Amino acid sequence: MQTNWLYIGIFLVVGIIVPIVPLVFSRLVAPRKPNPIKLSTYECGIETVGDSWVQFKAQYYIFALIFLVFDVETVFLFPWALSLRQLPLFVVLEGVLFIAILVAGLVYAWRKGMLEWV
Amino acid sequence: MLFLNDPITFIAGWMRTLLSGWGLSSGLVTVIIYILGITVLIIFAMALDIMLVWVERKVVARFQDRLGPNRIGPFGLIQPFADIIKLVIKEDITPAGADKLLYNLGPVLAIASVIILWAILPLSSRIFGVDLNVAVLYLVAAGALGTLSIIVGGWASNNKYALLGAFRMVANMVSYEIPMVVVLLIPTILANSMSVQDITVAQSGMWFAILSPLAFIIFLISAIAELGRSPFDLNEAESEIVAGFHIEYTGMKFGLFYAGELLHAFTFGGFIAVLFFGGYGGFFGLENIGFFSWLNNPFVQAVVFLVKAMFGYWVIMWVKYSMPRIRIDHMLAFNWKFLTPLALVVLVNTAVLSKVLIGLPNWGYVLGMFFSNIVIGLITVEILRAYGRKQRKAEANLNPQRAQN
Amino acid sequence: MTADRIIFILCAALILASGLMVVITRKLIHAALWLVAALFGVAILYAILQASFLAVVQVVVYIGAIAILFIFAVMLTRREMLDKGAQTRSNWWLPALLGFLILVGLVFLILGQPAFAQPAAALPAGIDTLRSLGTALISPDAYVLPFEVASVLLLAALVGAVYIATGKKE
Repeated sequence: MQTNWLYIGIFLVVGIIVPIVPLVFSRLVAPRKPNPIKLSTYECGIETVGDSWVQFKAQYYIFALIFLVFDVETVFLFPWALSLRQLPLFVVLEGVLFIAILVAGLVYAWRKGMLEWV
Repeated sequence: MLFLNDPITFIAGWMRTLLSGWGLSSGLVTVIIYILGITVLIIFAMALDIMLVWVERKVVARFQDRLGPNRIGPFGLIQPFADIIKLVIKEDITPAGADKLLYNLGPVLAIASVIILWAILPLSSRIFGVDLNVAVLYLVAAGALGTLSIIVGGWASNNKYALLGAFRMVANMVSYEIPMVVVLLIPTILANSMSVQDITVAQSGMWFAILSPLAFIIFLISAIAELGRSPFDLNEAESEIVAGFHIEYTGMKFGLFYAGELLHAFTFGGFIAVLFFGGYGGFFGLENIGFFSWLNNPFVQAVVFLVKAMFGYWVIMWVKYSMPRIRIDHMLAFNWKFLTPLALVVLVNTAVLSKVLIGLPNWGYVLGMFFSNIVIGLITVEILRAYGRKQRKAEANLNPQRAQN
Repeated sequence: MTADRIIFILCAALILASGLMVVITRKLIHAALWLVAALFGVAILYAILQASFLAVVQVVVYIGAIAILFIFAVMLTRREMLDKGAQTRSNWWLPALLGFLILVGLVFLILGQPAFAQPAAALPAGIDTLRSLGTALISPDAYVLPFEVASVLLLAALVGAVYIATGKKE
């Protein structure tokens, strides 16, 4: 199994090097004539208004938080799914209980209006 | 073993004897063989990516009742090469105030997160990168790296529209990962393994798309959202925020983002084929009949896999060019209030049935699973209909004169 | 110096350097990304130890969810995400000395353990670690109760987060 991960490690390294090749080639071949107008930030063709920092909507954070809880839940379900065949029927009910507790959480967040994008 | 039956092992064995004959140690030989194999696979993936540009432009043209590129080369086949040359020689404008290192890291990470998926893609029973025993979660992990690349690219551009586009895109991708991971549990339960090779072998009797059509549909929808393609393409909504998180990217860096998105779509088409349509196999037992034993040949299997992956990619393109864009709040409401509960219900149903139906003969098992999915689908449609009726009635009560007109 | 050792040393160097950069760097976003590098290094460690499931889960949960949450939090709270103050205090030698003494003490303690001298026992051949993990988590005479309690813990985290978020609006 360790050779598997060695393969994936080498894959990652080569996978990062291969896209860099056309970038380097482009750096060698393409013209470079910077001037202040070209380097300015794009805003639909007009001058920029205000900083390049926007008021960040708090709702993004709420969605990321709910996603985190459900991500951990589904990751816990993978070992459960793999041992379904070997063990008797009530094992399924244990998993259903696990899912039901978290569905209750989702319903709570829904009722509290946390899933609205206002 | 003949080259035709087992190409990779044959070549690897030949190289090993050759390199050991030169006196290199065994570990180093392994690493060299790996590097050569990986380079070949990645170059194959990038060459395929170039042809996908041509496929995409021809297909979108046909959907829009026009011809597409047909001037450069026969049927416009040389067009992608012209595109690449154009992108390479364009000036690379790094905006003032952009974070140099992160700005360059964004596109590289975006395409690297797609390329590493090719390590586990089973092209055939004997042609693949590795047979990882956690391949299904590896798919999700590569998606996580892709999400990170979008934030890096959007933030490093020092542009408020890029940042807005990146935030919306990440909120979208991250939300749709939940139904995707839940639905990925279903082939795991049905095949009793997380390895893509085992899942493909388990489908030699019956495709998982027939055992669980709802799982396939939910996976298709979440995959399209993960890819950031229409109708979920708010990050590059051309009419809204110009080009989203890659506004400030020019030349080959933009080319890498674009090529990465196309390759990602094709790779997901490949995974749809593997997880739900039998991958390189799935001939319903036909290959066991003596006449059809050539179906077991690795090269035939690779061609079958590529055809199925191209079909999956075509379905993704079909959805893209037929549907209007969905608003961000509708997108997120659709995910959290509809797809996630539905995915969990289908998961519970599959888990329970996989234990209850274990005594029945094969056709009983298949019919039981299939009809349970149909029943869940019908109940869902009825719930949606009742909800729609209730909403229409509430709206009619609010505007009585409008309802009378 | 086997290949295993070399890879472990490189990986440990990556984790330590990334951890150091998280604390040193001036821009908050860079700190979050160095944290991602450190977490990725931990995933590599899990892969070296042949815990493939944990390696992939580390990337999926830590990098895919928690690091993204950190980056969102950084962008949500600070207007000016640059640390402009001095990097060190005038009496920096005192905590450095304390840290060094603790390090020496820990190294002595760990090296004194007899189990540390031998390499870890190899896994019995043919064992499927993934399925054993699943069976251990689910079977009633193993860890099923902590498994269910974990879901209650996640529910508590979700309810707490929702409560804090709604509390501000009222």
